[in-house]
Amino acid sequence: MVNLGSDEIIKYPFLDEAGKYLSDKGFSLEDFATNADLKKIVESAFERITTAIDGRIYKSDLTTNNSSTTNEIFSFLIAVILLKLSGMNTLTRRFSLAEARRAEKFLETDLKNQQNTRNAKISLEILQELFSVTIQKEDEYFTIPIADYLKHSVNFHEREWKLINRKILHGKVQLTSHETVRLVRKELDRYIFLKINSSSSPQMIQGFESYVTKLKTLAKKFEVKTVESTEYPPCIKHAIEVLEKGENLSHSGRFLLATFLLNKGQTVEQIAPLFKNAPDYNEKVTRYQLNQLSGTSGTTQYKCPSCEKVKSQNLCFPIPDCDPIINPIQFGRKRI
Amino acid sequence: MNEKDVMLLEDTFKKFYFEHFDLLHVPENPELREFGFQKFNGGMNRHITLKSDKELHLLLMQNKPSDVYCSNACYRFPNLPMTEKDWLNADLIFDIDAKDLRKTHPVKNSLIKCSNCDQISNLSDSCPNCQSTKLGVITLTCSDCIKATKDEVKKLNQILIDDLGINPQSIEIFFSGNEGFHIYVPKSEYQEIGSKERAEISDYIMFRGAIPETFGFKRFNLNKSSLPKFEDDGWNGKLAKQLYGTKSNRPKILQQVISGGYSLFQKRLEEFRQIIGVKIDPNVTNDIHRIFRLPGSINSKSGLTKIFVDDLDKFDPYTDACHIDDEKINVNANCPITFTLKNKKFGPYKNETVSLPKFAAIYMICKGIASTT
Repeated sequence: MVNLGSDEIIKYPFLDEAGKYLSDKGFSLEDFATNADLKKIVESAFERITTAIDGRIYKSDLTTNNSSTTNEIFSFLIAVILLKLSGMNTLTRRFSLAEARRAEKFLETDLKNQQNTRNAKISLEILQELFSVTIQKEDEYFTIPIADYLKHSVNFHEREWKLINRKILHGKVQLTSHETVRLVRKELDRYIFLKINSSSSPQMIQGFESYVTKLKTLAKKFEVKTVESTEYPPCIKHAIEVLEKGENLSHSGRFLLATFLLNKGQTVEQIAPLFKNAPDYNEKVTRYQLNQLSGTSGTTQYKCPSCEKVKSQNLCFPIPDCDPIINPIQFGRKRI
Repeated sequence: MNEKDVMLLEDTFKKFYFEHFDLLHVPENPELREFGFQKFNGGMNRHITLKSDKELHLLLMQNKPSDVYCSNACYRFPNLPMTEKDWLNADLIFDIDAKDLRKTHPVKNSLIKCSNCDQISNLSDSCPNCQSTKLGVITLTCSDCIKATKDEVKKLNQILIDDLGINPQSIEIFFSGNEGFHIYVPKSEYQEIGSKERAEISDYIMFRGAIPETFGFKRFNLNKSSLPKFEDDGWNGKLAKQLYGTKSNRPKILQQVISGGYSLFQKRLEEFRQIIGVKIDPNVTNDIHRIFRLPGSINSKSGLTKIFVDDLDKFDPYTDACHIDDEKINVNANCPITFTLKNKKFGPYKNETVSLPKFAAIYMICKGIASTT
């Protein structure tokens, strides 16, 4: 556990130390509904959530006098209680993302400010402890072992995070302080989300009802409806064309086509005839393999490979409609 | 393949294994590896565990396999089905194959076999006998192809050492037994990374997915000094050499590059990929559950052995990896071009019965251009 002072708990209230702070103060949840001073904190907590819902970052008062510290730390903890009581996952997701971005700003400032050795050390410790990322300061860069970098960067879809678009030397990736922290944003978000999700749900507390009702109303605007077209993505059209011409489709091409159609709900019987034109067609083998992929003869139902994977196999022929998707299965899906 | 050919190959391979047990070893941590083998005309037998060289030798003698494989991965339970194996880690592996390097087949070293009428002919777009376009291409010994794959291995080695920080002593190069090389990096810091992460390493090595910004080429406010320089590390330096040719060319070429604009530079990066990117097979590197040909075993596509390469420059696969004896045997050979094995030239053979040293006969049977009947 990282040894934090109260100013650091304000910055990173999702760490275990914050819970300890609450228990040290000896408040019960009911106190927040009855005590006038503590009621203000519930108001702050609600504001903290609505700020997050609006996609903004909650501004903290970092002056370390007793009341602001209490307000800052408790507003986070009460916000978590309100979210748990509302049961609205979509709000928890938005809240954890906003809190992650808030913490990210502090982490970045602390990393950059190497004159404040305590802050710089704590930020490195947090990165090491929470995400097992060993970061070193080397000249104007922060360096991170390639293997560690990849574990995080593979979750990004922006091309600048690809290893090829990074400066690397002797097994290490060179990053700015901003990039270093950005690298763990998703995990930080996930860490906070899981922490909130795994905490136990309290019984409704008197005085919290109106906030919870408001949150439930707010969550409704995030309901998403989608429509889906029946058109195939270009990679699938290409695979079908190759087979129709009687040309050889690579193993990965066949895997892509079969898993795509299976995931779209087609049956082995419907798919098998597509392979009839393949130069090495064997009905028995085709059916066996389709059954394997569909999970009927094995334990695993194989998923359609991601666009990234399809690209790496030279089977991707993107068109503008492919821009927002990360898996061929999402092609033609639109929000309404 | 007909039964008589299968028997000949099985007996020859078995004899080779019996006489060369010294070449066949289980890798480190054999109890954590998955082994597999194929029999001639048979399917794949996987999920096998072997604990020692002795068990491996016994498997070779009992099963007379056409090909033998071992996982680059370690599992807690290697003999269970894939979903229950409990993957622990995997050596980083690379496959550089001549077939992935060439844009066209080498005319002097390639044949076509018609899938329709089985006719074997010189390289062509259609079968001269039945005009079918369903053709299989067979490539025979090709020194230029091997030279090209060696160049790729050297490029790969440099990147592994300079960029990925791998100790040169940890890089093991093997001839694949057919037309390329297998490169192993056991026990590195990349041992525990998954398939998606390995795909990023593949893309890096292949120079795939590069964007202009990486080389200092921004859409706006472009600063000349941020563009690649000769002395830069990594891909920047390599790109500079390719882009400018010589240091003195830099100012002139830079001007051309800048006036060409962002999109043209992006296009040129794609073109450079073909030249400076290393042509590995990414499917091999990215697959963390692969069973990879076992070093020391014979490749049934050629009858040559997958062996360790100590000195890449001096290594000649067509002598150093050809371990089958030269006892004469009769085969019916159908090979309209010549090829060289163990420094001896063979062919052309016009569907005729010839007496050949066993190593050449086996090579041709494996390639599907000769038969004992």
